[in-house]
Amino acid sequence: MALWMEILISALLVLAGLFAIVGSFGLIRLPDPMTRLHAPTKATTLGIGGVLIASMVYFWAAEGRVSAHELLITLFLFLSAPITALFIAKVHLHQSEKPEALPKPGEAVDWASFAPDGPARGVRPAPEAGDGDAARQG
Amino acid sequence: MITPMISVALIFAFACFGLGLLLNLWRVLTGPAASDRILALDTMVINAIALLILLGIRQGSAIYFEVSMLFALVGFVSTVAYCRFLLRGDVIE
Repeated sequence: MALWMEILISALLVLAGLFAIVGSFGLIRLPDPMTRLHAPTKATTLGIGGVLIASMVYFWAAEGRVSAHELLITLFLFLSAPITALFIAKVHLHQSEKPEALPKPGEAVDWASFAPDGPARGVRPAPEAGDGDAARQG
Repeated sequence: MITPMISVALIFAFACFGLGLLLNLWRVLTGPAASDRILALDTMVINAIALLILLGIRQGSAIYFEVSMLFALVGFVSTVAYCRFLLRGDVIE
């Protein structure tokens, strides 16, 4: 194995470990839930990305095969991290915050997450009876 | 096949991710709200996936990729299911 490849793999592993420890330490250290959401969803995701790239480079250098598994895992983790962060933020908003205490989002509308069910939330009105296909497509 | 430099870097990364796992466990145990506990569990899943991949590098085996892929899927689905249960009182409506 070439020396520069060893250095690349080792540097990626060390950087990934540092990012992971920063993410997990931020989960302990930061003061309130909304700031705590930042550390794991960003730093730890970057850390696992570094480990996966190091693994890809290692298997390419050591055994001469390029594996797509790591790319799949990276893609899935990078796609699912924002979704889990959004869900956890919604749980926090609905369980631990009062809707009156939140800052207004600007216009005349309220937070979409707190809006009552109805046309304001983007729900389609029920099709009128006897209208046939036209109403179903609307 | 593992050279000494990569071996030392692997040990460092193992230590970092293991320590991160312990810190997440602390947040799971003491988290004041349910959202903190869900977030800590989700981070634990990510750290465990990283440990599995490091083990795969250490042993030169590709079978751990399948394990970590399954782990990622189960972790994501369980996080979303738990959040939905807390938000709506029901997982599948």
